[in-house]
Amino acid sequence: MGNDLGQSPDEVQFRFRDDEPVDHAAVTVDSCCDQTNATAVRIEPGDDARVLLPFLDRLALVEVNFPVFGDGRGYSSARILREAGYTGELRAVGAVLIDQLSHMRRCGFDSFAPDKRLDEEDAARAFATWENVYQRAADARATIADKRHEA
Amino acid sequence: MYRYDSYDQAMVDARVEEFRDQARRRLEGKLTEDQFKPLRLMNGLYLQLHAYMLRVAIPYGTLDSRQMLMLADIAEKYDRGYGHFTTRQNIQYNWIKLEDAADILADLATVEMHAIQTSGNCIRNISSDHFAGAAADEVVDPRPYAELMRQWSSFHPEFTYLPRKFKIAVIASEKDRAAMRLHDIGVRIVKRDGEIGAQFYAGGGMGRTPMIAPLIRDFVPIDQFITYAEACLRVYNRYGRRDNKYKARIKILVHELGAAEYIRQVEEEFAHLLSVGVEPPREELARIAAHFADPAFVDGPKTLDRSDPDFALWVDRNTHRHKHDAYVSAVISLKPAGGIPGDATAEQMRVVAKLAKDYSFDELRVMHTQNLLLPHVAIRDLHAVWSALDAAGLGAPNMDTIEDIIACPGLDYCSLANARSIPLAQRISERFAETGRTEVVGELKLKISGCINACGHHHAGHIGILGVDKKGTENYQLSLGGSEAEDVSLAKITGPGFDEDGVIAAVEKVTDVYLAARTEGERFLDTYRRIGMEPFKEALYGQ
Repeated sequence: MGNDLGQSPDEVQFRFRDDEPVDHAAVTVDSCCDQTNATAVRIEPGDDARVLLPFLDRLALVEVNFPVFGDGRGYSSARILREAGYTGELRAVGAVLIDQLSHMRRCGFDSFAPDKRLDEEDAARAFATWENVYQRAADARATIADKRHEA
Repeated sequence: MYRYDSYDQAMVDARVEEFRDQARRRLEGKLTEDQFKPLRLMNGLYLQLHAYMLRVAIPYGTLDSRQMLMLADIAEKYDRGYGHFTTRQNIQYNWIKLEDAADILADLATVEMHAIQTSGNCIRNISSDHFAGAAADEVVDPRPYAELMRQWSSFHPEFTYLPRKFKIAVIASEKDRAAMRLHDIGVRIVKRDGEIGAQFYAGGGMGRTPMIAPLIRDFVPIDQFITYAEACLRVYNRYGRRDNKYKARIKILVHELGAAEYIRQVEEEFAHLLSVGVEPPREELARIAAHFADPAFVDGPKTLDRSDPDFALWVDRNTHRHKHDAYVSAVISLKPAGGIPGDATAEQMRVVAKLAKDYSFDELRVMHTQNLLLPHVAIRDLHAVWSALDAAGLGAPNMDTIEDIIACPGLDYCSLANARSIPLAQRISERFAETGRTEVVGELKLKISGCINACGHHHAGHIGILGVDKKGTENYQLSLGGSEAEDVSLAKITGPGFDEDGVIAAVEKVTDVYLAARTEGERFLDTYRRIGMEPFKEALYGQ
């Protein structure tokens, strides 16, 4: 069971989806590519998210691990998956902090399993920090520039 | 110049509130110092040797009198009555209290200013040519492109935790007055067959491993400008080294992959991102560019009365050709002989603000050489401007001379420094001013860093000085032949280092060699390139 990285759904603190969470553990990217039935996978910072693109149809959960909060590779992994059309759950796991929530959300994460539980009120404020945004990203929000030039 | 609309203002205001909240959570113990550090850094707050330092962004070095007056007020209200202009066209205050920081940011927001991303492992303030919009030799004004990048890079959701800091410079002429190829990304806006586009260089930088950025794309169509930048950043975010902070800048990635492989990966990502569609609507660039329309220049005299020799010298040294022939750009030297390079008092900032309002269409620039600039001065007003500057101690006629030294804060302020930079700069400029050699030597760019991180740009100095710690005493290595301009090159070390007195004598010796060897019209750098290192070494270390 060396590939069982564990993460039961009740450790998820914030979830912006209505579907049922996947009820089994995620496997590594390597295992995911070898096993034809894996539906949940965990990406580590050094993994190339594009390796998963052929399997997106069968994946229901992708966890992106942040072993340290300062390693920002997971933000790119998230956007790459969303840009490729992945619509399943995209979960940020590990060193997920209040001040990263809004950016992670923009990169396509729709569930969050921080390794230390976050203050609910602070988190609610963090998710709502940016009423408007400058860049196009995975959340498909209209940007400030889009709004400036709306017909 | 650019003006915030309600969206821009709301973004900056939201950031102030976000920072206030972060500071509160830090005080309540909800954030550890380790967790708080990157957050305060992304708001420009560093912990230095003696106090917090706050670095305020001046996008592409452009500001108006109202903003300069606020910088003066902040210097008096929260600091010790002065501020320090930096090599990336920003200003920093060296004596800030953490508990004042949110209030300072709120004050700045009232004049459309901020300290966003002036530090941290994110995309920093975008710098540009200080003569932008005024220079006779530019293809277009580069600032609209820099402003487009400012908005794109502010609070970028994907690129806030990069492997390391990321600096971008945007210019639009053959002449490089922004050290463009010594940036993580350097952009030159060009025109080909009537089409505007962007030439991209990537992987330049100074620090302990100086590199000149190679060209990675000769022409990016301007309606794909942001998409290409995003591709460059994504490849860096994914593959830049994170195992060693000294090897984490993009220059190491480009070097280790080789430019060709980095280009291949960027092109692949670029093609993908074009299909995703991340470019701002085309009208946005036009909207921004309208803010940078020329002021209402009027015809006037093109010559001036040169009977006052002090004035004539200042005109020759400190003014630059303007695209309108009745105007010049006038450099305000922050390098009085014996002074601290880049420092200005609140009073001086107010003098400069008034001059900008009265004589330069209410516009000012910060130069990467740590000077200020009035970009559009009518030739008929030049004497009045000079007189006012001179009276305020701002009239030193020394642009690009050996007195115009770039120096980092060094051991007087910085916790990373190994040696002092400021006192050395003061002694050298004083010495050359006293002996009258400054004028004899002419253009000579001297740059001093107090440690290997090279904030004083010593690698790019015609003469560079690097302070090191040698068994507990300050020691200075001399190097020759660097340039940050379009003829970019990295300086080479002459040999063993010197103590403080020794390095000042050494600088005099190398100027002796130059004066003896130079041919008509040759600058120090030209002579060095022609005759090579040996004659200088001989003078410094020979028997």
